[in-house]
Amino acid sequence: MTTQPYRLARGGRIDRAKRLRFSFNDRAYEGYRGDTLASALLANGVVLVGRGFKYHRPRGIMTAGSEEPNAIVQLGVGDRTEPNIRATQVELYDGLSAASINCWPSVEFDLGAVNGMMSRLFPAGFYYKTFMWPPSFWMKYEYFIRRMAGLGKAPDAPDPDRYDKTFAHCDVLVVGAGPAGLAAALAAGRAGARVILADEQAEPGGSLLASGETINGQPAAEWIAAALAELASMPDARVLARTTAFSYGDHNYVQMVERVADHLPPASSPGPRQRLWRVRAGQVVLAAGAIERPLVFADNDRPGIMLASAAATYVRRYAAAPGRRVLVFANNDGAYRDALALLDAGIGISAIVDPRPDPGAAIVAEIRRRGIEVLAGHVVAGTKGHGRVESAQVMKLDGDKVAGAARSIGCDAIAMSGGWNPTVHLFSQSGGKLRFDAARATFLPGAPVQAIRVAGAANGATSLQDCLREGHAAGAASAADAGAAGKAGDAPQAEPATPDEPAMPIWIVPSVKPVGEGGKHFIDHQNDVTAADLQLAVREGYSSVEHLKRYTTMGMGTDQGKTSNVNALALLAVTLGHEVGAVGTTTFRPPYTPVTVGAFAGHDQGDLLDPVRKTPLHGWHEIMGAPFENVGQWRRAWYYPKPGEDMHAAVGREAKAVRTGVGIVDASTLGKIDIQGPDAVELLNWVYTNAWNKLEIGRCRYGLMLGEDGMVMDDGVTTRLGENHYLMTTTTGNAARVLGWLENWLQCEWPHMRVYCTSVTEQWATVALNGPLARRLLAELTTDIELDPAKFPFLSFREGRVAAIPARIYRISFTGELSYEINVAPSHAVALWQALMAAGEKYAIVPYGTETMHVLRAEKGYIIVGQETDGTVTPHDLGMDWIVSKAKKDFIGKRSLARADTSRPDRKHLMGLLAENPSEVLPEGGQVVAEVKDRPPMAMIGHVTSSYFSPNAGRSIAMALIKNGRNRMGETVHVPAGERVIRATVTEPKFFDPEGKRLDG
Amino acid sequence: MLLIPCPYCGPREEVEFACGGEAHIARPANSDRLSDAQWSDYLFMRKNPKGVHYERWNHARGCRRWFNVARDTVTHRIYAVYKMGEAPPSVTP
Amino acid sequence: MVEAYLRRGPLAHRSLPSRIEADGPRKSAAGLWLAWRPHRAQVNLRGDASDAAFIGAVRQAIGIDLPLKANTTSGGGDVKALWLGPDEWLVVARDGREGDLAAALRQALAGMHAAVTDNSEARTVIAIAGPRARELMAKATPLDPHPRVFGPGACAQTVFAKAAAIIDQIDDAPTFELYVLNSFADYLWAWLERAGEEYAIAVVE
Repeated sequence: MTTQPYRLARGGRIDRAKRLRFSFNDRAYEGYRGDTLASALLANGVVLVGRGFKYHRPRGIMTAGSEEPNAIVQLGVGDRTEPNIRATQVELYDGLSAASINCWPSVEFDLGAVNGMMSRLFPAGFYYKTFMWPPSFWMKYEYFIRRMAGLGKAPDAPDPDRYDKTFAHCDVLVVGAGPAGLAAALAAGRAGARVILADEQAEPGGSLLASGETINGQPAAEWIAAALAELASMPDARVLARTTAFSYGDHNYVQMVERVADHLPPASSPGPRQRLWRVRAGQVVLAAGAIERPLVFADNDRPGIMLASAAATYVRRYAAAPGRRVLVFANNDGAYRDALALLDAGIGISAIVDPRPDPGAAIVAEIRRRGIEVLAGHVVAGTKGHGRVESAQVMKLDGDKVAGAARSIGCDAIAMSGGWNPTVHLFSQSGGKLRFDAARATFLPGAPVQAIRVAGAANGATSLQDCLREGHAAGAASAADAGAAGKAGDAPQAEPATPDEPAMPIWIVPSVKPVGEGGKHFIDHQNDVTAADLQLAVREGYSSVEHLKRYTTMGMGTDQGKTSNVNALALLAVTLGHEVGAVGTTTFRPPYTPVTVGAFAGHDQGDLLDPVRKTPLHGWHEIMGAPFENVGQWRRAWYYPKPGEDMHAAVGREAKAVRTGVGIVDASTLGKIDIQGPDAVELLNWVYTNAWNKLEIGRCRYGLMLGEDGMVMDDGVTTRLGENHYLMTTTTGNAARVLGWLENWLQCEWPHMRVYCTSVTEQWATVALNGPLARRLLAELTTDIELDPAKFPFLSFREGRVAAIPARIYRISFTGELSYEINVAPSHAVALWQALMAAGEKYAIVPYGTETMHVLRAEKGYIIVGQETDGTVTPHDLGMDWIVSKAKKDFIGKRSLARADTSRPDRKHLMGLLAENPSEVLPEGGQVVAEVKDRPPMAMIGHVTSSYFSPNAGRSIAMALIKNGRNRMGETVHVPAGERVIRATVTEPKFFDPEGKRLDG
Repeated sequence: MLLIPCPYCGPREEVEFACGGEAHIARPANSDRLSDAQWSDYLFMRKNPKGVHYERWNHARGCRRWFNVARDTVTHRIYAVYKMGEAPPSVTP
Repeated sequence: MVEAYLRRGPLAHRSLPSRIEADGPRKSAAGLWLAWRPHRAQVNLRGDASDAAFIGAVRQAIGIDLPLKANTTSGGGDVKALWLGPDEWLVVARDGREGDLAAALRQALAGMHAAVTDNSEARTVIAIAGPRARELMAKATPLDPHPRVFGPGACAQTVFAKAAAIIDQIDDAPTFELYVLNSFADYLWAWLERAGEEYAIAVVE
């Protein structure tokens, strides 16, 4: 175990009493509570943390936040391992283990580094140029590319962690809890608004956590604590740390992910690991801060080279020294303050290199007074080092070139700053346009299109005082717009600061040799895109920023180019000879940082992925060992196997029993719609193809429902219960759709109709008895219903009691057998079922499932909407002209049946298909061809819609939609099935009791 | 995800609604006298404007009422909602 | 003779009475209380809210004025009415009253264009209460359960987890009653137990 040689003796927001052990690349280290993995690695002197994506050059930690492009690790082991995690965001916990990615076999010795020596093979667009030809080789290339790229490993077992998601509502959502965000939340909360304040870091405070400034006369840390205490005392303010707002949708719909337990050892807390917040905010204050811009100089990727603000953050917040002799290379005054922070912590500064010819701010003078050399008008023209940066080659800047002799300055770290990019990602996602601010050399939010205000560094503010003032104003204004009437109080006050002198934009730092020849100017560190790549792409004609991005892969890594995009855009503009900003930006897309898929799923996964709808008889089916078939969200009993039976045997037995004795089936899932009103019959006449005026009370009728395009949409039986009262049944899957269809016409087209429709699908459980013995069985259990077919004919309805349970009985049949559909209250369904089973024992009653139901109806040629139909099938196609009224002037879909295409005589017709070998069952969905060829393509003339072995016909049967089928009767067609081709004959789609003699038993 | 102000229930999340496409398309009376082309126009042809679109929505998971919405297809801003049978308001984006 | 049969609701297989007994001692420490109220009279009523004769006839039949304001309830003693839509209400009362309520409404509304439909068997009631009840509601539904927006006397139909529910906040505890279709009840109960686990659940009467 090492002893944290780079840990500073004092300071930081770490808890030195809480030592934490962790491992990195299988080596053991120690850190403290409050560390990130990155700060702990720095404290231990570990600067080589990964390898570049393309050239496999050694890489170190470049930032201290979520923008990190380099320090991407594989976190954890086993089922919980997670790839592509930013070490700068990982809070250290005891027992943490992490490993580098992009290196093989190890980070110190990496075979891929040879790519760096052959880098001319990897120019811009190298994937497109190198691996595209011959096309058949792509699979081979891909194997090696993936192996070399090593983008981490996904776990191969199910994620054992729990995830949660919740909706949330507030008047004002404040994104970012730095000075501007805290001021905004305080102002909005004081005014009485419901506030959510979210920040991606472990604790609120943002830049103040690494600041030596004072607010309202208090040190920053004390002011943060006071602000949080005040927010905690408000009844309607919620502060969410470790929470990243990653997506900004329409109407202020902001999605955030809270890392609830990621900072704790795995499985050590009972709650969810992460929580997805789906926030609907009245107003949004975006106070997301800014991201420092790297400088693009030769070999700017060596470990030890990091952002100046990151260096100061590691020193102040984590008491971890990024190096012992740090060279600062910056074009702005802010980096001098960072240098001062390092000096105050006892860290040596080798020199400050500043391209500005004459930086004159007070802070520069102070640095000089402390004995630090400031090399004005100079740049870093190159770096050297093995594994870690060891020296910088500093040269005088002369226009856009370097001049004179290079001076090598020793250093073990370089703190760089090219200025700041406001974090405008969410603003851009909200639809707001960005504008280029030449004075600040960056993109700033323009006019908003949603209820959003941008404050603080995200709005381009640079001083603490401006951040506090803007945040307070945005919070107060948002609260007022949201209707909060209270007083927002005064804005917090920082010490007045003298304004900084202007920075000097320098988009590419010249080197001794031309760009691309000796040394690499990295722009996108994660995807290894260099300035030379960009310039090459421009020479090849890529002038659109979106094309350039895709061609070079710039900004397309897991970091989405947070540190690189603006540098790339500026370089593109400069190379094209445009003003910076004239080329626009690439689109900012969610998520801001990667989000685990589990967070989106929340609890809706595994057994709760989708609702399972159960009938009141579900438990009975389970006890009987029935497998279930999914029908929409419903689970329906499929078949009831006896010991030793497979599905084929069980279905054969069930299907025979129904046609010889009596079977019982749970049909509760059928949709049922109660229709009442004087115009109910008119509605039926409109939505069904047949006529309903003459249906008597107590009688039932089958109906076919069409879309306005004339295609079959649903079918079912409707019963007239009373003078103006009907009960419509729908197919199981279409219940909600049909009710919506009726309401659509009633509300939008025919508001004059006096009809009310109410779903009663679940008010009734439906148990159907089918078979020649059904009447004898039912007769034993009912005393108040006459079952004589003359008194209770087919297609009629009676109310009475079955086994003393109030019931509605419908004489309708989906099997062609004598059938009674008994409807009772669901709470009585089990009692009814058991009474029927008990009384049916002497008739050898057999429960049957949906598979037998399908076989039985197919034997009769009855269609199932959605199986025989697919939205392109008319009643005529089905051979169901008999149900289409010629007398009715109009109904939904009627006119479409006369369209040229729907009235063609050679459309696909529903036909029967009998395989030549009666024991061979055609594959459902199988393509039907007239003529078999050696290989595809063969002209397809239709497809098999239903296919079963029919125990009652004693052979296989099938239905198929076949082009011009009714004129192909008796023809032989072919159904290719894998390696074989099955020959079959076209027939009528009726295979049992074609005359329909069995309906009365 | 849109926040849609149902004229009956007030603002509700888009997941509660179903969109019914372009509004104010009346079913032609005497459909039997229409040519195939005229009928196809009613059946298939719909506006797809960039900007304000008048469309029907159904508060399917709420009060089950259909109503009309004037929505900008670019910004998704909802300018107006109004009940079935009411005339479309004029909207200036 | 019907009464001789045991009526079974959609959560009967979950043996909730024994859960209630086991959870009894933990009730005060739990953040969430879940209860199942299996059977309740629920009569769906349709009619013209702007017709004083309709409103009057309903008052005469069931003794309360229908709520005319969207997403509110009225009554609450023996009989309560939930607003479901501008011409639709759910009249609820204790189990067993569905027959007489429906009959009284039909009689009073005879000759008027209205629809009375007994739907008592279609839905069951799950109650969510306790200090963390609002947080659980926020996980399940996009409705805002904040007391400034929702409170006793408010009701709504909305998406609930991946199913749907009619929500009626019956008190300030707060207690939310969910009317859910029987077929979804088992899924929803399992979902609530999973999503509410972090708050510690006690099943109560």
